[in-house]
Amino acid sequence: MSARDRILAKLRAGQPAQPLPAPVLGEHFGPRAGTDSPAQRLARFRAGIESFHAEVHITSEAGWPELLASLCADKKIATLLYGADTHAGRRIADAPFAGTTPRAWAGPVEGLKADLFHRIDAGFTQTRGAIAETGTLIVWPSEAEPRTLSLVPPIHFALLDARHIHPTFFDAIHAENWPAGMPTNALLISGPSKTADIQQTLAYGAHGPKELIVLVINAEGEPQ
Amino acid sequence: MSAQTAHGSSTEKPIAFVSAQALRERMHTAVNDPHLRSSFRGAMDFLMAKRAAQFPDESELASLRSLSEGIRQYSLARLPDLLEQLEASLTKNGVQVHWAETPAEANAIMLGIAQRHQAKLIVKGKSMVSEEIEFNHAMEAAGVGALESDMGEYIVQLAGEKPSHIIMPAIHQTKQQIAKLFAEHIPGVEYTDNVDALIQIGRRVLREKFEIADIGLSGVNFAVAETGTLCLVENEGNGRMCTTVPKVHIAVTGIEKVVEKLEHVAPLFSILTRSATGQAVSTYFNMISGPRKPGEKDGPEEVHLVLLDNGRTQAYADEQLRKTLQCIRCGACMNHCPVYTRIGGHAYGTTYPGPIGKIVSPHMMGLEETHLLPTVSSLCGACGEVCPVKIPIPELLIRLREEAQSEPHANPAMVGQGAGYNKLASFGWRMWARVYGRPGSYRAFSWLATRFRMFSPSKQGGWTAARTPLTPAPRRLRDMVKDRR
Repeated sequence: MSARDRILAKLRAGQPAQPLPAPVLGEHFGPRAGTDSPAQRLARFRAGIESFHAEVHITSEAGWPELLASLCADKKIATLLYGADTHAGRRIADAPFAGTTPRAWAGPVEGLKADLFHRIDAGFTQTRGAIAETGTLIVWPSEAEPRTLSLVPPIHFALLDARHIHPTFFDAIHAENWPAGMPTNALLISGPSKTADIQQTLAYGAHGPKELIVLVINAEGEPQ
Repeated sequence: MSAQTAHGSSTEKPIAFVSAQALRERMHTAVNDPHLRSSFRGAMDFLMAKRAAQFPDESELASLRSLSEGIRQYSLARLPDLLEQLEASLTKNGVQVHWAETPAEANAIMLGIAQRHQAKLIVKGKSMVSEEIEFNHAMEAAGVGALESDMGEYIVQLAGEKPSHIIMPAIHQTKQQIAKLFAEHIPGVEYTDNVDALIQIGRRVLREKFEIADIGLSGVNFAVAETGTLCLVENEGNGRMCTTVPKVHIAVTGIEKVVEKLEHVAPLFSILTRSATGQAVSTYFNMISGPRKPGEKDGPEEVHLVLLDNGRTQAYADEQLRKTLQCIRCGACMNHCPVYTRIGGHAYGTTYPGPIGKIVSPHMMGLEETHLLPTVSSLCGACGEVCPVKIPIPELLIRLREEAQSEPHANPAMVGQGAGYNKLASFGWRMWARVYGRPGSYRAFSWLATRFRMFSPSKQGGWTAARTPLTPAPRRLRDMVKDRR
């Protein structure tokens, strides 16, 4: 008998005869989803994530690449890494950068690890949406936008379509039927990395990005 | 690794196992250390206030606690089925699942993976299960480096200590002590007690290690059976580093962490961060459902999950003790514990300190080693009141006292049952029950006690070590009531 079989046999021997009823989550989350308008959801999201030291800029579908370029110039970013094979990536390629070199991610991470850790100043990703209740971005890394793009560079720019802000995490899972197909890695991100491990003193920029900058489009929240 | 310590002999050396006698001494030392007491008092007050601020709405808290308790109990009732479902889902996703009954088995599995990859360095995210199995020692003994990367764990590892809190491992260290530690142990670092500067030093040192590490190790907060997803809660980003950058990711967790549906993690995640550190949400919630797929540019090429028993099946077999496994490791019970606040996390001598440590450790280590632990409590009930999944910790402490102190019998519910059994004490209490249980004998005894009160012993064991001796009153209550009539 293997360790697996022994563990499972012990558990089966101790398992209660009657299964318990499945938990009902809707009763708790239903009232919490509320009747917020898209604008109210955005306001709630913004207040939340700003309280975690993220920077939020309201811009537009047409105007965000220009804003990104000017923010990069302000922050003296020499190299901005992004995923080229996305809708947003194609916009970045045409954006009016001055003093910043946008660099499209190419090939497996092994080929650019040293640059990623030492020479890239900022990473740009799209987001899948956000959560109003907590001020949280939903990021699903992909072939085009790898996992480390939102992790290793010291500054993370994230593009958020305000039409995809859900009231709670529970609502996001349901509205988009996540269990039907999870990506290899899915992330909730609420601010730049931080720690309070030394004398409960909050310090930002622990191991991940030191700054998180969110560019919000479609803030007027027109129907999809 | 240096064995330099913060608080003298009571916290020296790794401390997985401490005898009952040593536990008394450690508690005595800790309670007489004013520095340690004030730092824990301050930290616990801070964490209690932060938690309270997260639950302004009593009814929302009540609803969320009931829901969370319900999810954990439902999951445990189906545990063997869910573990099989989890294994099938993870396997389908390309994750390799391993099972270990003991810490030695778990370490052997992970060492095997490390050796197959000729790994020199394993970089670790925070994992209490890895502490429970003494992972670092097992790897170092085999010549494989294991480096903690959570800031608190890194500090504790540099100091040659164990975490004193499951969420805030270095809570017992002051910034001045950490500054000294960094200056002594990290080449080229000068003394600074500026917290931002210290964190930036840690960031610089550990980023070099993330880049070159062969394997990343992590724990698991929730494992989702339906999707085959491992969920990790963290603020620093080191957990993401460990699970993303190295070519191999190994996750290690206890068998109790599985839930059926992805939606089940939503309330548990919310109540976890709010109960633990008083955060509405942690910076990162990392959901891992598989290794790098063809076409993906990063992520580990191999992902392993090691499922550990280590006494959990023993707790599972008993309906009452099974509630121990509902725990989501938030640490709120220790933040609110008057005993933990006074003696700190190291005095307990177990990997998991505080109230949760007192109810899980006896299953992991047996009551022979831990029979005194359930008595390190005033049974004030604060732990049970704040527990986000409503574990009745005080009831479990009483149950464990019974298991420890009852006469050894056949088919015990726990290894080491009766380890604290004392024939004389048991006889004394039996006599007491007999006298006090019958009105006639109680009346006679109390009459005698008031008459012969001058013969009360002046030395009454542990009681008089710090208190005046107990003496019966000159008159009984019943006599005084009689006079009034």
